Amino acid sequence: NKTITMSFVEYRDTIKDGDTAIVFLGHESMFPVKVQHGGKTQTKYGVIRHSTDLIGKRYGSKVTCSKGGWVFILHPTPELWTMNLPHRTQILYSTDISLITMMLELKPGSIVCESGTGSGSLSHAIIRTVAPTGHLYTVEFHQQRAEKAEEEFQEHKVEHLVTVKNQDVCKNGFGVSNVADAVFLDIPSPWEAIGHAKSALKIEGGRICSFSPCIEQVQRTCLAMEEHGFTEINTLESLLRVYNVRTVSLQIPDLGKAAEDNSGTGFDSSNQSNPESLYGILQQGTAQFKSGVPLKEMVGHTGYLTFATKSLF
Amino acid sequence: MAEESARPGPRIREGDWAVLKRDEVFKAVQVLRRRKVIFEKQWFYLDNAIGHIYGTTFEVSTGGSLQPKKKMEETTTETKEAGTDNRNIVDDGKSQKLTHDDIQALKDKGIKGQEIVQQLIENSTTFRGKTEFAQDKYIKKKKKKYEAVITIVKPSTRILSTMYYAREPGKINHLRYDTLAQMLTLGNIRAGNKMIVMETCAGLVLGAIMERMGGHGSIIQMYPGGGPVRAATSCFGFPESFFRTLYEFPLSKVCSLVSGTFSSETLPSEPDYNVPVEEESNGSLEEKQTLIQETEVESNTEAVMESIETGDQETMDDLAAEDAECKESKERRNKENIREKQRKQQERKRKLVETAALLEEKNADGLIVASKFHPTPLLLSLLEFVAPSRPFVVYCQYKEPLLDCYTKLREKGGVINLKLSETWLRNYQVLPDRSHPKLMMSGGGGYLLSGITVTMEKVQSDANSLEAQKIEEPVSKKRKLEELHC
Repeated sequence: NKTITMSFVEYRDTIKDGDTAIVFLGHESMFPVKVQHGGKTQTKYGVIRHSTDLIGKRYGSKVTCSKGGWVFILHPTPELWTMNLPHRTQILYSTDISLITMMLELKPGSIVCESGTGSGSLSHAIIRTVAPTGHLYTVEFHQQRAEKAEEEFQEHKVEHLVTVKNQDVCKNGFGVSNVADAVFLDIPSPWEAIGHAKSALKIEGGRICSFSPCIEQVQRTCLAMEEHGFTEINTLESLLRVYNVRTVSLQIPDLGKAAEDNSGTGFDSSNQSNPESLYGILQQGTAQFKSGVPLKEMVGHTGYLTFATKSLF
Repeated sequence: MAEESARPGPRIREGDWAVLKRDEVFKAVQVLRRRKVIFEKQWFYLDNAIGHIYGTTFEVSTGGSLQPKKKMEETTTETKEAGTDNRNIVDDGKSQKLTHDDIQALKDKGIKGQEIVQQLIENSTTFRGKTEFAQDKYIKKKKKKYEAVITIVKPSTRILSTMYYAREPGKINHLRYDTLAQMLTLGNIRAGNKMIVMETCAGLVLGAIMERMGGHGSIIQMYPGGGPVRAATSCFGFPESFFRTLYEFPLSKVCSLVSGTFSSETLPSEPDYNVPVEEESNGSLEEKQTLIQETEVESNTEAVMESIETGDQETMDDLAAEDAECKESKERRNKENIREKQRKQQERKRKLVETAALLEEKNADGLIVASKFHPTPLLLSLLEFVAPSRPFVVYCQYKEPLLDCYTKLREKGGVINLKLSETWLRNYQVLPDRSHPKLMMSGGGGYLLSGITVTMEKVQSDANSLEAQKIEEPVSKKRKLEELHC
């Protein structure tokens, strides 16, 4: 039933009061908005009035703002949330989250332990994946952050899928034992939490992942994992390369041949051996082609992901 | 056995799909009694594995039986003596005192691999002069060769996608596992979705999606030719209930569905359809893919899947039964077969009509494409069935078709946040004082084009009045007919 379900773990067709929606202004420019009767949101294209412009409209609709410009209103997803959430800490992005989710073998019904909660970027992705029957136990030692995360989970109507605990995972563990299918650690000294991670995992075993920016942290974590009998210890790093799609024109050099021989450029369309070449129509001494151009700068490093398996033996 | 059954964890049962693991090498098999399995140059039977918990490590003993191996007893090299560098180590080929024949003799005697490794160490004149690290490396290398241990694990997307990428990348269009991971996330795959999937990756992408949906929601698989290929899907060992939410629809019927001329009476003939795990041979797969200047030769001679054997087995049983039976019962059987075929045909038509109706609602929660075909026509037509504000992800082994797809989608409209991307994956060796990247994987993992659907722009009537909204319905229908790209 699409009318009474939760917005962050199930799609809904129309925008309702209390929803978190994403306002999409254009390339790389969007922000989340809490939809409220009588609410107003200011954009560079003018104001959006929630009661008339949002509530009751279909997600994915084009909304015209007061100044005549328009935006799209999108259904929230963990990925859009990751791109738009208020940062309280450094967060994990979708490239790492994807690998973590697959390598931890998360799926509906999985029980997961996570620490720290941080800004809840990964938490939302985990909740999405383990719903409707799984659960996330997330531990955050910073009280304000823990409270803020809990608030957000309620706002996003996923609180029944997650338990937030405000404690130090290295000292007090996850507060559960022998229940988890997977454990994720993103803390400064993960090696101090490996023992707790092991006892949080089910007796028959499960998967663990630790995220660390520095190789020295990875080193100590791997040693701790080995001491606690984890197997299949594997450290990975994933990098995202984004390409801009461009039509590029390159000038054909003038080799002074045109006067003597008009097929001399090698790109000439009359060239029988290369009639439908990679290059577009030859015009005024330029050749055109489509290219995927890498961004001038890219994220070169987020962190190392160390995975391992706890097994019964 | 009695005490073991009290322990937790899922157990290996006869008929299960399981994955054999030796170091980094995987192989998917169905657990069957008295069936010889060949893995990593060793043969054995899985009979003894039945009843054990998934994750158990076995040793292969003579006669091909598997013996469960408890916690690895580390071979403690009692001499902690080691050199500091290799200035005095000369490669004269005489450092190992045991000959090839000696080693073979030890093996023939049925001596445990662990002991052979110990003997090799004792008979190596240079071992003690090697640095500690070099000793470590030597032992690891020998263990790998002589200590034949196999772990039986439960299949998962992680394991099967790693296995396919390593063993048969040609069958999955070189879709690397981290790329598949991105697709599942970018596509917001989760329980309750109504997904459209078009893949020619042996059913691996379908299986990955089914795992993430856990039997909740529905999946419509679009297939080319006579039927969907699901060899990899069957390796996941999903419960029957997962398949009840799985629908399939022939690609060749998409145009008629869009134009409203669809009829279930003109089905493509599908003689092999009832064999669920039929797989295209490598040869035909490669032939169909038009590679203009392909010099790369796929060495996919070894088939990973055992599933085809199962099919053969049934056929052989049929033949044997026919030989033994008299003509009468044969005829009766034939009639039954025809009736059975008709019943199945009816069932298929019913399901096809149901699937067509699901598509015609045009409210799918996402589209995943990963095929050997050009992505542009697939996207332009299949996006018709997706609701607004839903993600879509297209995989392609090559970047260029996605450049074209990007341009055409921008021209057509109805999509935002288009992103062309690729991931690189780097593996690390992490050991005290010996940490470094293991290998660089770039290029081979393929490319992704992702985006989000939005409502289509109204044709020349983008007034922000209520009237414009009222006429939205007829306009979009008219547009739908105008924009048949078929």
